[in-house]
Amino acid sequence: MTTPAGRRESVIAKIRLGLGANDSAARRAEVAERLARPTAQLVPERAKQPADERRRQLRTYLEGQSATFIEVENANDVPTAVGRYLRSANLPLRVRVGDDPYLSQLAWQSEPALERAHGDDEVGLSRAAAAVAETGTLVMASGADNPVTLNYLPETHIVVVEEGSLVGGYEEAWERIRARFGRRAMPRTVNFVSGPSRTADIGGQLVMGAHGPRRLCVILVRS
Amino acid sequence: MSAITSPLFKDNARAALADRQLQRALSEVPLALAARRGAARAGLPEFEALREIGRDIKNHTLAHLDLYLEEFERKATAAGSTVHFAPTAEDARQIIADICRSAGARVVTKGKSMISEEIGLNACLEAAGVEVAETDLGEYLIQLRGETPSHIIAPAIHLTQDQVEADFRRLHTGLAADRQLVEPSQLVAEARQILRSRFLAADVGITGANFLIAETGSSVIVTNEGNGDLTQSLPKVHIVLASIEKMVPTLEDVSTLVRLLARSATGQEISTYTTFSTGPRRAGDPDGPQACHVVILDNGRSELLGTEFREVLRCIRCGACMNHCPVYTAIGGHAYGWVYPGPIGSVLTPALIGVRKAGHLPNASTFCGRCEEVCPMKIPLPGLMRHWREEEFAAGGTPLTYRLGLAVWAAAAKRPRLYHALVRILMPVLATLGRRAGVFRRLPVARGWTRHRDFAAPQGRTFQAQWAEHKAGVPR
Repeated sequence: MTTPAGRRESVIAKIRLGLGANDSAARRAEVAERLARPTAQLVPERAKQPADERRRQLRTYLEGQSATFIEVENANDVPTAVGRYLRSANLPLRVRVGDDPYLSQLAWQSEPALERAHGDDEVGLSRAAAAVAETGTLVMASGADNPVTLNYLPETHIVVVEEGSLVGGYEEAWERIRARFGRRAMPRTVNFVSGPSRTADIGGQLVMGAHGPRRLCVILVRS
Repeated sequence: MSAITSPLFKDNARAALADRQLQRALSEVPLALAARRGAARAGLPEFEALREIGRDIKNHTLAHLDLYLEEFERKATAAGSTVHFAPTAEDARQIIADICRSAGARVVTKGKSMISEEIGLNACLEAAGVEVAETDLGEYLIQLRGETPSHIIAPAIHLTQDQVEADFRRLHTGLAADRQLVEPSQLVAEARQILRSRFLAADVGITGANFLIAETGSSVIVTNEGNGDLTQSLPKVHIVLASIEKMVPTLEDVSTLVRLLARSATGQEISTYTTFSTGPRRAGDPDGPQACHVVILDNGRSELLGTEFREVLRCIRCGACMNHCPVYTAIGGHAYGWVYPGPIGSVLTPALIGVRKAGHLPNASTFCGRCEEVCPMKIPLPGLMRHWREEEFAAGGTPLTYRLGLAVWAAAAKRPRLYHALVRILMPVLATLGRRAGVFRRLPVARGWTRHRDFAAPQGRTFQAQWAEHKAGVPR
């Protein structure tokens, strides 16, 4: 039983034995149906709120989780908001970015001192694929546009969320991911991020910046 | 496998009760976690309804587990992962050691994984000359001390801040003597710096999985530190170690379980990071591992599927049962003598290492029922402990005095007339003897009870006698 195939057969056979089940067409059909048509079960009321309330929830939950929340009117206000945040936090005017076209096309000339780079940096800037109001959760999809390590290596992480990508609950976020990547398909990683990194492993006391970012700043773009 | 001391549970518990450092550590954190869970539950009106749905999702998945595992394998393979099945702990160790060997691994980072404790992975890798770095802060603290986790989500819950400082001063060579380590934030910063170098040096990263998703072939980890993400994103090889019951059908199903998990565990609305990983890096990805392996462990779980213990396979490892357990909060996790402590451990451990070795665990319960009340998956933990007591009794594991006592009681209880006659005589005698204090400080036949607490004295008349009078209309 030391071959990989033998081990696989052994596990599957023992499960069937335990269940007293066989490889019947009826069982297969039930599983195929559930996978072909994923169905939202009980979606809490708080995940079904109108746009104004969703914005308020996003802010409230993120701030409750020790993130900074900034709202700007349109995309071209983002560079100024980033510059102002970095200055207020006494951070260098240099951010690490991926190849996200939305971020590269912003009006960066309004912040001439702000550098954008691809190397190791103290500050990462990325764009969320979606944001979920029900718990103040950013949904980050990995790729060349927004590399996964941007979410974890920098000391400070700034995330841009467009209001159009703000949804009520997790199920709606999955619909957005499916619309973009296809059914039954995912990018290499989807990261739900709901605040800066933290730990309570020393005497139960909450400390920010365990291994990932110590600071999370979310910029919501209204249009 | 880590050394099993479950047969010594009674000695372990006695030592734990006398350990002042441990008692200090246990006095706050589990209670705070329990209080936060209560607040989170109150904040989500649908919480109780979600528990029912969560239970049904897991029941459905377990009933079709063979097929969902096959679907997961198909999707994960299509995404570029290699899926390995491990019938036993030894198989899993061998598979992982082989992957590390062919990757030429010298340093391995690990996210928190209880299954890796169950299979004794670290010792196996270290014997093969690999440096293993635990990256969850709590796991790192206990790795420094050569200890095992004492809680499934807060592995270092038994340590105080002073102990951590002393360990860092003792073991972090290169730490300046005048370096301030008074605040928790200073200790965290010190650990962050040390572990960042391990993240960057690692050749292989090993994580557990909170869920495996059949729909997409993804594995899910939940952390607050982000250590699991650095563990799996930076090295060239990522290994996921998961047991068969982590399976769930769809992203919608996971969404329900995610709503339950953090609220039950820490009282957070959601953990800081919930990460869904699907295969190695894609074309054009600037980061992420070049290879991804998923090792799916059985290790005795499939044998539970045909038994009443199947229900324990719904567990999502939130730790709520231990935070609410009067036994766990009094003695901590190490006394249980193996990997899984608290009520879930009292049910799971006998299944995994045998009731002969773990028989004390299901007996160490007052059956207060709080564990079942708070379990997000509605696992009937007290009922399952009772099953283990029966199995232990049937297997002859119950001590002789206990068996004799039970035999005497059963002989009387099966003869109602005799039983009533006996208590009618005994109750007034005990009532008279105990009248002055209202309690007995010592009872010759119940010293095990009276050593730690008083035994309430009976009031004089039996319930049966009072009930008969009540029915006959005698005024009280």
